[in-house]
Amino acid sequence: MEHGVIDIEDVVIRFAGDSGDGMQLTGSLFAESSAVFGNSLSTFPDYPAEIRSPHGTLAGVSGFQVHIGSTHVGTPGDFCDLLVAMNPAALKTNAQWCKRTAMVIVDSDAFDDTLMQKAGFKTQNPFEELGIEDRTIIPAPITTLTKESLSDSRMDSKAILKCKNMFTLGMACYIYGRPLDHIFEYIERKFAKKHPEVVEPNKKVLQDGFNYAAAIQAIPNTYRVNPTAAEKGTYRNITGNQAVAWGLLAASEKSGLPLFCGSYPITPATGILEELALHKSLGAKTLQAEDEIAGICTAIGAAFAGNLACTTTSGPGLSLKSEALGLAVMTELPLVVVDVQRAGPCTGIPTKTEQTDLYQALYGRSGECPMPVIAAHSPSHCFDAAFMAAKIALEHMTPVILLSEGFLGNGSEPWLIPPMSDYPEIKPPFARSFEGSCFHPFERDPETLVRKWAIPGQKGFEHRVGGLEKDHSGVLSSNPENHAVMVEERAEKVRRIASSIPALKVEGPSSGRLLVVGWGGTYGHLVSAVSQCGLKDVALAHFDYINPLPANTAEVFAAYDRILVCELNSGQFAGYLRDCLPQFKYEQLNKIKGQPFLVGEVVAAIKENIGR
Amino acid sequence: MATLTAKDFKSDQLARWCPGCGDHAVLAALQRALPKVSQALGYEKERYVVVSGIGCSSRLPYYMDTYGFHSIHGRATAISTGIKVANPWLTVWQACGDGDALAIGGNHFIHAIRRNIDINIILFNNRIYGLTKGQYSPTSKFGAITKTSPYGTVEHPFEPGSLVLGAKGTFFARSLDVELALNEEIMTAAALHDGCSVMEMLTNCVIFNDGAHKDIADPAVRADRTIILRHGEKMIFGANKDKGLIYDGKKIRVVHIGEGGFTEEDILVHDAHTDNIGIHMALADMKGPDYPVALGVIRDVRDVTYDDGVRDQVKDVMLKSNIHTVDDLLHSGTTWEIK
Repeated sequence: MEHGVIDIEDVVIRFAGDSGDGMQLTGSLFAESSAVFGNSLSTFPDYPAEIRSPHGTLAGVSGFQVHIGSTHVGTPGDFCDLLVAMNPAALKTNAQWCKRTAMVIVDSDAFDDTLMQKAGFKTQNPFEELGIEDRTIIPAPITTLTKESLSDSRMDSKAILKCKNMFTLGMACYIYGRPLDHIFEYIERKFAKKHPEVVEPNKKVLQDGFNYAAAIQAIPNTYRVNPTAAEKGTYRNITGNQAVAWGLLAASEKSGLPLFCGSYPITPATGILEELALHKSLGAKTLQAEDEIAGICTAIGAAFAGNLACTTTSGPGLSLKSEALGLAVMTELPLVVVDVQRAGPCTGIPTKTEQTDLYQALYGRSGECPMPVIAAHSPSHCFDAAFMAAKIALEHMTPVILLSEGFLGNGSEPWLIPPMSDYPEIKPPFARSFEGSCFHPFERDPETLVRKWAIPGQKGFEHRVGGLEKDHSGVLSSNPENHAVMVEERAEKVRRIASSIPALKVEGPSSGRLLVVGWGGTYGHLVSAVSQCGLKDVALAHFDYINPLPANTAEVFAAYDRILVCELNSGQFAGYLRDCLPQFKYEQLNKIKGQPFLVGEVVAAIKENIGR
Repeated sequence: MATLTAKDFKSDQLARWCPGCGDHAVLAALQRALPKVSQALGYEKERYVVVSGIGCSSRLPYYMDTYGFHSIHGRATAISTGIKVANPWLTVWQACGDGDALAIGGNHFIHAIRRNIDINIILFNNRIYGLTKGQYSPTSKFGAITKTSPYGTVEHPFEPGSLVLGAKGTFFARSLDVELALNEEIMTAAALHDGCSVMEMLTNCVIFNDGAHKDIADPAVRADRTIILRHGEKMIFGANKDKGLIYDGKKIRVVHIGEGGFTEEDILVHDAHTDNIGIHMALADMKGPDYPVALGVIRDVRDVTYDDGVRDQVKDVMLKSNIHTVDDLLHSGTTWEIK
């Protein structure tokens, strides 16, 4: 039978299964092949903290949502057009994300009494129970078909079942017209060396899933999402964590300083340390420290010794690093601290995203301890944000906190690869000479208030730094006047960074009724909401630079009747803005569910604020 | 290269330790040892970095005219590690107290030893918190009466030697603050040792724990209650050099030379370089009244160092990889063209 082929602008697909079902791989492969096909896309891995929760339970469901489009896609999508559910638990936890028009593919073999009970279904009809019986439900015996597909192989039954995800991926590829070549290549690349025996079986199951979808009549139509009319050039897919690592390597190259990363593994930041550990060929040294404190302290030692130093962590780890952050502020050494935020407080929900560490980044230290804080706004922007964090740290002799989010760190998007020649040089203020009998480490540049950097090994520049208050010459001082001067100079040094960061840009009209304000990883959702709300006099101001704020911030704010600050916390940026710019009134949209915004939620808030 | 002297390592800052504090003597020994180290290894002064944590002894970097880093409580070892990994060419010395290294900084301390990073740690052990004015430390003796243990502590102390050797340390030495010449000798040996060197300096705190080590440090009894171990030399001690250590097949024993049929021939020769960590543990653990306390370099063995390992791996991967610039990196793996 001939299926109809329908052209659509974009589509959202959600793969869900047990945490051992390989849903993250299935989703990323679908995303990657769509990227290679030329679509714009955004991904959202949504998985539990446990590596393998008990089989078939609600707690063990791992999901991966991917949004692909023929025009620009800014978010992973609020609701999905296709849900693939590998078992009843996956169906139950993910049914809420189905559009009214959604197609739902389930592995009918997994809907037996045991697994239905485990998922807490009370009747024999899970679709009716979830209220999704009107969707296009496609029950496919995926387990049986995978076993049949590999009945001639020599694999044991456990290994065969591991290939189920390839069957579903094949089906999804058929429905959305994805060529399989790229996935074939991936399978060959990944398994050829270590497990050559699984290459052909995986390819076969993928192809059989594709053929099965083509053969069954239950699938009414297939869809075509054409390539995006994107800017010409070479593209790649990149996750936020990878981009942070690469941005730091780029800053290392531009500054001519070796990169040192001292870190302790923590979800969802570990990927940065793993990525840097791979790239020793660019001179990067990584040290997996004994704890978070050693992570930052080894980095501070490396900074003292003249490296571009960084430490990577998430909220609870940042708490452990607080005292050492004070040491970096006091010694005025360059350091990049990356916080990939997760739902808190404390251990919180490690794999879920939030923006709740802003106050911690701004204020979480003893004493008067100001530090620049910048935020990345998309997975690929993590590259530029990390580069700029390093540039500010090195040129202004200060630790810098870069805020990322679980949503950005694990999320991915296609990225037009920039040439490194587009990036500016990084010029640290190396000490070349001094007046008088010895080098004075805390004498400052009169313009920027930045101190000079003398690196151990440099003859004649011997000096001491430390956590105790000192005078400009580097001698210990508890003199009250000196302390007041040094506190103010350290603060003013950070304030003056405002003159070397870009001005705040507005997307939309330069004045109007409502200015939507955001920062960090909500960018894609906010920009989509502003464009989708259909209102002419609404604009978006999204902040990459938080401390100091861009110099033109007040000027931008003054041009709108109302300001709506949207963030995934209880109002920390709004509170900070009230403190910095008290002349404006700030409305708030907040969400603290461990999940990104839905574009729909933001649109509703915009309309509500305009209507008032 | 100009010959360096102790004076070259003295900063213009007056050492602000209490008169009679053992730290003065350790500082003096270090300032005398470094010129010798420099002579032996051809090091210039700018190559030295002195790192410390928090506590009385951690003020030491301010009194050394070298690069110095007075960091935060317990973290000196982590800072030193970062410095050494970032630039293995530098020679890193660290001053830390018993609280700094073994309480708040215990984790960093054992991991630096485990990694065998090439740093030289002087552990000032006065068995008390001095800078906070007299609280017990992790090396205070069981029952010690201090401000936070007015009825005596009810916890056992760490023996730094056991801890270092338990973590498979490659260099451990012990001495008394007053043994200036021995301390110079130990510090020089530590500098020559490639790997993590721990020197436990038993120091006196005249204010809060006066006589911290007097049971062995008192000149009247020192020769009989301590033994100075030197590689290749017989383990003989005592004011009259008439006592020695033997191994009786089960354990080390003290014998009187010329008594019970024991002659100098029977006395053990110290082998600091043997891989046998058991004998070093036994020596480090010796204490009165049955044994003399071992001073000198107890263990000094070769093993791979962390800083060399990191550096060599970077070099190795650089040679093998075809990614040499960030542009190479950005174009590695799967990419696609939009024309």
